[in-house]
Amino acid sequence: MSTAAADSNLARYSQWALYAGFAILLAAPFIGLYPVFMMTALCFAIFACAFNLLLGFTGLLSFGHAAYLGAAAYATGWLVKEAHLTPELGVLAGTLVAGLCGLVIGLIAIRRQGIYFAMVTLAMAQMIYFVFLQAPFTGGEDGLQGVPRGKLFGVLSLADDRVLYYVVLAVFVAVFLFIIRIVHSPYGQVLKAIRENEPRAISLGYDVDRYKLLAFVLSTMLAGLAGSLKTVVVGFATLSDAHWSLSGEVVLMTLLGGMGTFAGPVIGAFTIIGLQNFLADQVGSWINVIIGVIFVVCVVAFRRGFVGELRAWQLRRKKS
Amino acid sequence: MKLKKLSACLSTAFALAATTMFGASAQAQVSGDVIKIGFITDLSGLYADIDGPAGAEAIKMAVAEMGGAVGGKKVEVLVADHQNKADVAAAKAREWFDTQGVDMLIGGTNSGTGLAMAKVAQEKKKLFISVGAATSALTNEQCSPYTVHYAYDTTALAKGTGNAVVKAGGKSWYFLTADYAFGSQLQNDTSAVVKAAGGTIVGSVRHPLSASDFSSFLLQAQSSKAQILGLANAGGDTINSIKAANEFGITKTMKLAGLLMFINDVHSLGLKATQGMYLTDSWYWNRDPESRAWSRKFFEKIKRMPSSLQAADYSAALQYLSAVKAIGSDDSEKVLAQMKKTKINDIYAKGGWIRDDGSMIHDMYLMQVKSPDKSTEPWDYYTVAETFKGEAAWTTKAETKCATWK
Amino acid sequence: MEIFGIPIQAFMGQLMLGLVNGSFYAMLSLGLAVIFGLLGIVNFAHGALYMIGAYVAWIGMEKFGISYWVSLVLAPLVVGAIGVAIERTLLKHLYKIDPIYGLLLTFGLALIAEGVFRDQFGVSGQSYSVPEALAGATNLGFMVLPNYRAWVVFASLAVCLGTWFVIERTRLGAYLRAGTENPALVQAFGINVPVMVMLTYGAGAGLAALAGVLAAPVIQITPLMGSNLIIVVFAVVVIGGMGSILGSILTGLALGLIEGLTKVFYPEASSIVVFVIMAIVLMIRPAGLFGKEK
Repeated sequence: MSTAAADSNLARYSQWALYAGFAILLAAPFIGLYPVFMMTALCFAIFACAFNLLLGFTGLLSFGHAAYLGAAAYATGWLVKEAHLTPELGVLAGTLVAGLCGLVIGLIAIRRQGIYFAMVTLAMAQMIYFVFLQAPFTGGEDGLQGVPRGKLFGVLSLADDRVLYYVVLAVFVAVFLFIIRIVHSPYGQVLKAIRENEPRAISLGYDVDRYKLLAFVLSTMLAGLAGSLKTVVVGFATLSDAHWSLSGEVVLMTLLGGMGTFAGPVIGAFTIIGLQNFLADQVGSWINVIIGVIFVVCVVAFRRGFVGELRAWQLRRKKS
Repeated sequence: MKLKKLSACLSTAFALAATTMFGASAQAQVSGDVIKIGFITDLSGLYADIDGPAGAEAIKMAVAEMGGAVGGKKVEVLVADHQNKADVAAAKAREWFDTQGVDMLIGGTNSGTGLAMAKVAQEKKKLFISVGAATSALTNEQCSPYTVHYAYDTTALAKGTGNAVVKAGGKSWYFLTADYAFGSQLQNDTSAVVKAAGGTIVGSVRHPLSASDFSSFLLQAQSSKAQILGLANAGGDTINSIKAANEFGITKTMKLAGLLMFINDVHSLGLKATQGMYLTDSWYWNRDPESRAWSRKFFEKIKRMPSSLQAADYSAALQYLSAVKAIGSDDSEKVLAQMKKTKINDIYAKGGWIRDDGSMIHDMYLMQVKSPDKSTEPWDYYTVAETFKGEAAWTTKAETKCATWK
Repeated sequence: MEIFGIPIQAFMGQLMLGLVNGSFYAMLSLGLAVIFGLLGIVNFAHGALYMIGAYVAWIGMEKFGISYWVSLVLAPLVVGAIGVAIERTLLKHLYKIDPIYGLLLTFGLALIAEGVFRDQFGVSGQSYSVPEALAGATNLGFMVLPNYRAWVVFASLAVCLGTWFVIERTRLGAYLRAGTENPALVQAFGINVPVMVMLTYGAGAGLAALAGVLAAPVIQITPLMGSNLIIVVFAVVVIGGMGSILGSILTGLALGLIEGLTKVFYPEASSIVVFVIMAIVLMIRPAGLFGKEK
């Protein structure tokens, strides 16, 4: 079979699988899946997709991405609880706050490349964590509790889990399509060029730093969106939302699912959140060991992740 | 062609399997014929000894005493670790109420988690008995018709230890405070009591929960030149503060006031380091013949003497199950009404009763740690210095900030 | 007596604590720099190795009655061996690919180590008592100097300077530095580069473990003690730049002192002051204070 035909089969199959997955998500509350779990997983799927935009498509490892999720979570939490904003405004505000943090940290971190960039983003995120720890409005160790769900646009009450689920699902689909749009756009092509060979992109005259910074800010805004949504769903914003272990988990979600693919981060997010939910009661502290083992295995032997490996297997089968 | 269909099917099957497998644990189960008691506490952190897994065992002892079933329905105990994170506690409580049909939640240590769980229970209209958490906010600003604060609170601790230390001559205070709901509340309540008794507050410093190094905070305390170092923390933090204070020679110039101490802390530190310290507690294993008998049973299982929290866990479960038995229903509102009508008489409390603000009113004891030569057997650590009968130790109607208790 | 309104006792006390912290920053950033220089791997597991070193000392004391002084030698050897094993089995696959994978692998290893120790020992700390010979304090008049902490500063400085000497002034160090620049050429000269790399990682791990043993009597030994520290050490390394050994040592000590000073005057900022300095340094001198831009 020719590669062109193989590619078109691959494309058809991918669409098929995507539709199937979407069907499950659409029917979730009615087929017995716990809505709060699904919503939490969807929020982290958005987070992973946002992270993948930066790592998979631009080649930048931001090792402190949880800071933006946390910043948006606290911002939205406070605005909805204390300033009585409606949820959509709260989420919007949270997203913008995260983007602002992303801009400031991006400007600082962009001064270094490669692995130093990762270290700087980690250190800056840790700084933000400590700020949240001390700041009075965050509630420190206790977190920001009792964030009401409110009424969407002032009319649609989100108190029912099922109603909120479909709102969250809609946002997720929008983000997913948005990322596909960006990647396939001319801007996305430049990002890909930067990921493949930065010096060449520079030599072609692109202001590489500008492109990278924009990708960074976009990614942090979407990460913030995930955090804001999550706060509305669970009614909480806590220090765990900004902790470095969450930064590590989102890397794992992306790596496990498949870096540089679209569905990969979603699958990775559902897998990790599912594992944590399912196993936490059974194994207690060992969940961290399991996450660590998955990390090690992924880096050594499974770098392409689920979707990446599936595709590679597909292509190998086509050729034979 | 076949291959493509096969791989498409495989991957969709995988997606289906993954989501349903992980979500399946979330199938809604109606607890029509099982009475489920949920217990969420710190199972592995700094509070694991004073409550923790042994607290779960105490609850199971109560269930066993009721014969493992009430009115034909089996009784099941679910246990979870909140790791001192309020969001984990709240998420677990919510999941249990939504999908496991848990009928009643017992709250373990950590006030932040206690407050979070109380909110979830209120939203789901289920009974929440907070045993381990100390914050008096549970029966004041955050009081709820579904919350019972069973064992002790920061007001009682302040009125007990605070007054005793000031009376013994400790007029100027410096606080070393755990930086979360419990520490702040305890510091506030104790400051109010100290000031009312004619003392002064020189200053305070906050330390992170489960801090690894107290040296820097203790240096700040020392330079304040106050007479008393008030330790507004608990569990592992208290143990480490006292150890470090001894190491840095703070105890030469300041006296330590352990505002919340349990028998496990004294056991860990030893009588030499803690003798003479005052502490306020709701129960002591060596109080009377009944408590001694029950404690020996506990000791056989756990190999240590129970703390007041573990005894309270047992008592709360026992009283709940008795109420369910009496009215033949596990509906939260009905059971709570029954519990409010009944006097609590067991190894934990004599003549205890649940007030409208949610406080379980019972005697509190001001105790002093014995010196090593006065201790006659292992775990014989306390002498009772004063008993606060009935409502004496608790928030009064005049002081209360509970909106629904007037 | 007071300095800027703070009693001199408290002031010097905090500076002392700052110097102690700085010694740990120096030792750990030194190890990180050496490993990164030769292996090209940012070793996130460095904090976990430090933690394991402390636990080896504690377990040695509790279960086998091994004294502190023996642990000072034993723990680095044990953890060094662990390091060699990690390098041989896992790290060597990663040298030819993107350095982020090295960071992620060592991150995973750190999680595993933390999880295992957490399961075994719980999250609350264990105490390790100060060895008899170093217990107590000396009254210097203007401050009371805890003997053990003075020893920590002295020992770390000695180790750091010793390492610097080996790397910069001996033949072995020359091979190491050459191996960083051009491993193929060095290999062609007959030096066994893979063995050198393996032993370097082991030595770095041993250094971290030594810091762990030194730290054991001072702080609560918990499974999480390494992770919080390693992130600060990353910042130290970015500030100092990874080019110079002496630079890492000086930066570590200086930042520890600055942190101590901050605790005296503005305690709330003490946990973030290192990161703020990192941000400032990045804006002014991106390669770091002593760094050579690669």
